[in-house]
Amino acid sequence: MNDNARRVRSLPERFQCRGIFHRSVYDAVRRWNTMVKARIIAELQKIVGKDNVSTEKQDLICYSYDATQVEFLPDVVVFPANADQVSFVLRLANKENIPVFPRGAGSGCSGGSLPKGGGIVLVTTRMNKILSIDTDNLIAVVEPGVITGDLHDAVEKEGLFYPPDPASLRFSTLGGNVAECAGGPRAVKYGVTKDFVLGLEVVLPTGDVINTGGITVKGVVGYDLTKLLCGSEGTLGIITRIILRLLPLPESRKTMLAVFDSIDGAAGAVSTIIRSRIIPTTLEFMDHSALQCVENQFSLGIPAEAEAVLIMELDGEKELVEKQVGRIGELIRPLGLISFKAAADAAEAEELWKARRLISPALKKVNPDKVNEDIVVPRSRVPDIIRTIEGIRDKYGIPIVNFGHAGDGNIHVNIMIDRSIPGDSEKAEGAVREIFQATLDMGGTMSGEHGIGLSKAPYISLELSREQIATMKAIKQALDPKNILNPGKIFPE
Amino acid sequence: MDPLKRLENELKNCVKCGACRAHCPVFTAVGREPVSARGKIALARAALSGQLSLDARTRDVMSKCLLCGRCVEKCANDVPTDLIILAAREAVARKRGTTLFHRLVGFFLRNRAFLSGGATLVSLFGPLLFRKVPASSGLRLRFPLPFIGGQRHFPKIAAKPFLARHPEIIPGEPGRPRIVYFVGCMTNFIYPEIGEAAVTLLKSLGCTIIIPKDQQCCGFPALSGGDLDTFRELAERNLAALENQQPDYIMTACASCGGAFHRMYPLVIGERFPDLAERFHALAEKAVDASVLLQKLGLTPDQGANPLQEITYHDPCHLRSRGIVRQPRELLRAVPGLNLVEMKNADSCCGLGGTFTVHHYGTSMGINAGKTAAIKSAGVPTVVTGCPGCMLQLSDGLHRAGSRVRVQHTLEILARNLSRR
Repeated sequence: MNDNARRVRSLPERFQCRGIFHRSVYDAVRRWNTMVKARIIAELQKIVGKDNVSTEKQDLICYSYDATQVEFLPDVVVFPANADQVSFVLRLANKENIPVFPRGAGSGCSGGSLPKGGGIVLVTTRMNKILSIDTDNLIAVVEPGVITGDLHDAVEKEGLFYPPDPASLRFSTLGGNVAECAGGPRAVKYGVTKDFVLGLEVVLPTGDVINTGGITVKGVVGYDLTKLLCGSEGTLGIITRIILRLLPLPESRKTMLAVFDSIDGAAGAVSTIIRSRIIPTTLEFMDHSALQCVENQFSLGIPAEAEAVLIMELDGEKELVEKQVGRIGELIRPLGLISFKAAADAAEAEELWKARRLISPALKKVNPDKVNEDIVVPRSRVPDIIRTIEGIRDKYGIPIVNFGHAGDGNIHVNIMIDRSIPGDSEKAEGAVREIFQATLDMGGTMSGEHGIGLSKAPYISLELSREQIATMKAIKQALDPKNILNPGKIFPE
Repeated sequence: MDPLKRLENELKNCVKCGACRAHCPVFTAVGREPVSARGKIALARAALSGQLSLDARTRDVMSKCLLCGRCVEKCANDVPTDLIILAAREAVARKRGTTLFHRLVGFFLRNRAFLSGGATLVSLFGPLLFRKVPASSGLRLRFPLPFIGGQRHFPKIAAKPFLARHPEIIPGEPGRPRIVYFVGCMTNFIYPEIGEAAVTLLKSLGCTIIIPKDQQCCGFPALSGGDLDTFRELAERNLAALENQQPDYIMTACASCGGAFHRMYPLVIGERFPDLAERFHALAEKAVDASVLLQKLGLTPDQGANPLQEITYHDPCHLRSRGIVRQPRELLRAVPGLNLVEMKNADSCCGLGGTFTVHHYGTSMGINAGKTAAIKSAGVPTVVTGCPGCMLQLSDGLHRAGSRVRVQHTLEILARNLSRR
């Protein structure tokens, strides 16, 4: 089993190991726990229906993990169908002091949905309807379990556009996207999830159901709870309805690939393009380590002198886009450009994205275990942070592969180690700390899109002051006095 | 060795990204993590480590897989989930024994005389067991039988199985390729027309056609139930029957049988019986799907006696996963006067999944619903595909939806459109 797995033992199992009291005491405690547990399971069944509660081992295992590969076994998994059921579950949890861990697709990269310490996993995927798409007001109202890609398809059929496009969009849910304030390549031009959430229906940790925001683009009545909840990582409430702002679907889209002989050239290209008032939809980069990694595994023909690659997309009116493609070609030519290609159609565009999409599988072949960070630095500092990371890589002697969203300075730093080799995990931790510190020194932030969850909780005091953390904790305490909703996330316990 | 232990490294390669959830037809229908590839891999790892027992519920979860191979194709880390699930099913079968259904399946497959005899009986007593459904050419059960969903529409079982209709060797022109035709059970017992079309087409190309009488079921139904002993027995018998004929090519017209030759024989049998590995790999090299072979041999259909006008094409999972998507379409498009209309999601799974449809008929038809709707929307009178298993399922779905769209095999269309020589 994966070394990352840390199975939490339930109360009865924990008691098995002690030898202080007579065996009958432990048996009695175990019987009591089973009775208590059975009663709670029965209550949950009454709330969501028998078919939507499970204590079967198969389900507990399958809802114990996310994409960080860390696992904690919950005690029970429930699948509510609506806000009322979520509310009753939270009321019960408050009454009985049982933690509740909300979960969408379980594809998060920071451990936000992991049921650490055991408790109830509350899966939102049954609430998966797109409730309405308003083509007059450009609004969509959705349930949290809707898969982001399905919303894209539905609104694009109506000639509308929901820009946020996290890499997981074909399987992650909008509820998860809102809770983690997911980003994606299109953020450089359009912004992230929170920029598109107009309002929410949310069940607070105590069970009260409230609406936040509304269907209007403007509104300032009371505190902006919508923005507070976006990115709150399931610690302040469980989202049961989302009101999203849409845009008109751009008429056309063009994809380009530019290969540079230096990272400074690529970074220079990014600034030059933006300075010339062209904001591409997507501005993805891959550094030398990423290119080498992919080329070693897949032999795509990436030239050896390629130090950095930019994959760009433009969208908008057809003629304007064509013009902008030409402009970009001219602007970046003097910046150490090795090659520049614009795709003629969708098939060619896919080809240009190929190297970027192959990074993930290529990484696995470098080393089996990945420590994945998504730092953000000001755009102009991207070459500096890449150079710093290269230094850290050499210092610790472990491969570090970088790629990401050059347009907004959000870099996915992949530290590749083998946890079975003694010392590798420690090296990764040391590297992460140094990378975070360097990021913060440049005025950046530790997480652009993935959130803090469990993975980055130990590091938040590097970035947040004691007062900041105290203010945030005060809000958490006010909304969740018993700390039953997703405990242990964001703030180290 | 424990079947799951063999795949220990492959199991470790899953990084739990969750991307497979976007592609698994069963997950799309059921919506619970245990049926996704990621879930199954997690359960397989738990079973291997002893955290999860191989109980009835584990068996049930592991049975909820079509073996369509989409997750394998789309996995960024190439995790062979289909092999992992088969290993898990085998592990459960070793521990708890195979289910009654699969014991029966194993018995009939190993004892071919009973299989053929049984088919003849069903064919003779058809009218007692089935009643005709007037709106379609299908049959419905008169009364419930174990293992078979009462709502299902059946095609007729052939009075004379295909293997009994032709001599073992049909000589062709000198210098032309020697093709061994591996028929498969669906064609043999239910859709012998496919076999007739295959023979017609190969004859027109001057090939020597060998239809070995001692060929067996490819064994997929046994493998599917975790019955590796039966699977290996059938594989070895097929190996002997086919090798001995010294084929230039071994042609399959059933996507699943082709999948057995290309992937399951080398990777499941060859992996654990190294002395047989080379021979199974050689067999896999020779094995080729009919559409690929006919294109390679330069088949040129010209307008025949009964031209069809408009068709649509359904990609069987076990052709799609082997990259055979273009060839059937090119062959069909080359037929003069034939218009191939692409349907939406032509490559989505029909929902049969072999024995999956026996164990989970409801889910199977749920998955089929989208496919049936897409076929109806295409607005053509005929849907064409390269797998008799898909044909069974597509027919059932269309009949139940009250549609009169016919289901045909690629070879039937091609054979129909050859001018008589």
